[in-house]
Amino acid sequence: MSKRRNCMVNEQVAAMPPSGIRRFFDLVQEMEEVISLGVGEPDFPTPWKICDAAVDAMRHGRTSYTSNAGLLELREAIAEDLYRRYGVQYDPATEIMITAGVSEGMDVAMRVLLNRGDEVIVPQPCYVSYMPCVELAGGCAVPLQTSEQNEFKLLPDALSAAVTERTRALVIGYPNNPTGAVMSRADLLPIAKLADRHDLVVISDEIYAHLTYNGSHTCFASLPGMKERTLLLNGFSKAYAMTGWRLGYACGPAEVIEAMVRIHGYTALCSSIIAQFGALEALRNCEAEMRAMVQAYDERRRMFVKGLNDIGLPCFEPKGAFYAFPSIRSTGLASDEFARRLLFEEKVAVVPGTAFGASGEGFVRCTYATGMDQLKEALDRIARFLERLRH
Amino acid sequence: MQLQRLLEILEHEGPRPTEELATRLGCSTQEVEEALAEARRRGWLLRYSALINWEKLDVPRVFAFIEVEATPEHGTGFDHLADYIGRFEEVHSVYLMSGRADLTVVVQGTDFREIARFVAEKLAPTPGVKATATSFVLKTYKMEGELLTDQPGNSRLAVSP
Ligand SMILES: Cc1ncc(COP(=O)(O)O)c(C=O)c1O
Repeated sequence: MSKRRNCMVNEQVAAMPPSGIRRFFDLVQEMEEVISLGVGEPDFPTPWKICDAAVDAMRHGRTSYTSNAGLLELREAIAEDLYRRYGVQYDPATEIMITAGVSEGMDVAMRVLLNRGDEVIVPQPCYVSYMPCVELAGGCAVPLQTSEQNEFKLLPDALSAAVTERTRALVIGYPNNPTGAVMSRADLLPIAKLADRHDLVVISDEIYAHLTYNGSHTCFASLPGMKERTLLLNGFSKAYAMTGWRLGYACGPAEVIEAMVRIHGYTALCSSIIAQFGALEALRNCEAEMRAMVQAYDERRRMFVKGLNDIGLPCFEPKGAFYAFPSIRSTGLASDEFARRLLFEEKVAVVPGTAFGASGEGFVRCTYATGMDQLKEALDRIARFLERLRH
Repeated sequence: MQLQRLLEILEHEGPRPTEELATRLGCSTQEVEEALAEARRRGWLLRYSALINWEKLDVPRVFAFIEVEATPEHGTGFDHLADYIGRFEEVHSVYLMSGRADLTVVVQGTDFREIARFVAEKLAPTPGVKATATSFVLKTYKMEGELLTDQPGNSRLAVSP
């Protein structure tokens, strides 16, 4: 008889903790009448034109595989969109591929870019998938903490200090989940210089690009000399309210994209053709719908952030995405306990900042992609909770 | 001050506290108050009203769209006639139209007979009205931008990354 392992799951995967969000989700699931500010997606349905285009594609029998890289038509539309918005030029034939969201793009990118033991600098707090994707690809994720006092931006000095001989890449995600921080062109230029000096690949997750308020988004690849060393990841989930469609794209040097398409070809074959037709419609005809959603987020953002500050949870001004990241330090509670008690005592779900990295301690993430009246009710409940804590 | 956006908010959401409007639009409460006063004064903002789905209640209400062919007057066209028709309580709205009919008159009543009587006794005999064609509304699917057909519930998870 062959020797049996005592665990069916690969050791590395077995050792990987579930995301902090997942644990919290299980708690919320069991409760009723919860106002949830714990969601990471739009509260709008996908614009009807997009749904209709997808249905139309199906009706016309467009239900086959596509090329591994995705429909050329869609890649062309993406190239045009990026050029129009940021002046970056990507060749749709060789430098763009369609993925199952930024999620898949991040995974495949790490597998293509990293050799065993390569270090990847990951500024935190950040989206939950960056670290695991690095580790699963055999890399070594090096968290780099950012702070509220620097508006959760990545500072060049901190980056310099984190770079070693083994550093291969840097992941940035601005506008940021969970903090709502953005980095302007002026903020990014010194980072670009360092990327150049240390020969780093920059993986830039720009999924919240369109959700940038009072100001415009800077695409990292548009900075001088950066296109050659940037892997740009983006998708349709947030801006077009298409989270369930699972569609995104990666743009980068032809050599990298070719390698990514090879992996994607073996593991995913191609992205859903139906979703791809939906995305094509989004790019061609849904600017107004997208702008209207962004306008609504912006109004809720102003209202909610002011509300948090007014009830005594100091909140730095988030300039992008749809999250507020108030400090809860004044309560003396740890993030996890704050979130847990707020949920049980007032039925408001928020996500503990620690789910996004160590520097998230002392903060909670609140999504304002929620109806205005719900937000107001949530503020009332949080105020009541704080009042009780103080007495 | 984004005046157009301010009016859009009021149109879709009804009256909101001035503070809230100011915060949402990123301006002062004074600016909002001034804009609202001006909108009233200039007749941009006519009134606040609620949108009720009467078909869901047992309250009898019937609408008809009436195409009116009319004789225009020298110098004022259909303006006097439209104003005259618009003054009847039963008339919900009056539009000057391109196409075959000259005016479209939307009439509201408690039942079909009431509307039929209005057309026969008031509208059709009006000097200047040459012909009318009445179409009754049988069911409303969407009004004022609001879809009345059953919407699927929100399927968002309560917590997600
Ligand atoms: C920063 C960030 N990147 C990526 C994703 C995942 O996006 P996608 O739906 O394109 O896989 C999310 C979703 O919450 C996110 O917040």
